[in-house]
Amino acid sequence: MMLIPCPHCGPRNETEFQYGGQAYVAYPEDPYALTDEQWARYLFYRENPKGPFAERWVHSAGCRKWFNAVRDTRTYEFLSTEAIQGAAS
Amino acid sequence: MAETLTQGPPDLRVSPLQHLHRQLAAAAAPGPQGLEIREVAFTTQLGLRAEPGSQAHTRFAEVLEGLPSAVGETTGTPDGVATLWLAPDEFLVVASGQDHQLLQRLEHALGEAAGQVVDLSANRTTVELSGGSARDALEKGVPADLHPREFPVGRAITTTLGPVPVLLWRTEDSTFRILVRSSFADYAARWLLDAAEEYRPRR
Repeated sequence: MMLIPCPHCGPRNETEFQYGGQAYVAYPEDPYALTDEQWARYLFYRENPKGPFAERWVHSAGCRKWFNAVRDTRTYEFLSTEAIQGAAS
Repeated sequence: MAETLTQGPPDLRVSPLQHLHRQLAAAAAPGPQGLEIREVAFTTQLGLRAEPGSQAHTRFAEVLEGLPSAVGETTGTPDGVATLWLAPDEFLVVASGQDHQLLQRLEHALGEAAGQVVDLSANRTTVELSGGSARDALEKGVPADLHPREFPVGRAITTTLGPVPVLLWRTEDSTFRILVRSSFADYAARWLLDAAEEYRPRR
């Protein structure tokens, strides 16, 4: 069992968390100006690196807050986590 | 505003675990390493939302004489009015018995400020587990560290009991309060009955 360090609650069991995919994927400034291909790229295309990867996680069985984390995809090790600014930090 | 559950004829209420009271009493194990399970029904529970540093947060803190500021912290007393930390901007006020006045005081204090006071009294019921084996029994299904070093008296966290999401609150050295949603209460109580089986003397 893996411990995930929630920025608000400290280290907790992985079963309390849910995954939210790649972090820092910005919403397009003007979605209507995008071609279908660009829109699909925004919706479905994500990085798949071998090594550190910025991800979103939610502590769904605890404080219910979303946060950003950097996880090494080779070792599953959490390198850092940070609360999302402005979201009731 | 919505109807409040802190008001109403007390005689007509049926608690979520009423049908199990006899079984819970029968599961008690005596002695220093014993275990006792009982339901603490019909407490007042008020959900508060206020961002730290906001006007609402200050006003709530005035009424409740301080709000918990970090994970696990509680303020107040378990037998009076206590405030539990759920998230940085979310708190649960637990008061014994029906305390409609408290709801009104908090609503009045909030006024028009950005925040929330909601009567959640019927959302959860409380199961109290006490006795020398209480921690041992809980550790069968709670993934959090319950050692007094990490989980001393007065600490409360959101966690799970088996598959059930609960609020776990240590009110005394060997007394834990489990705040569980009413709809999951039956399952959680039966889970505890099963966990308590081994501490009972054989007949």
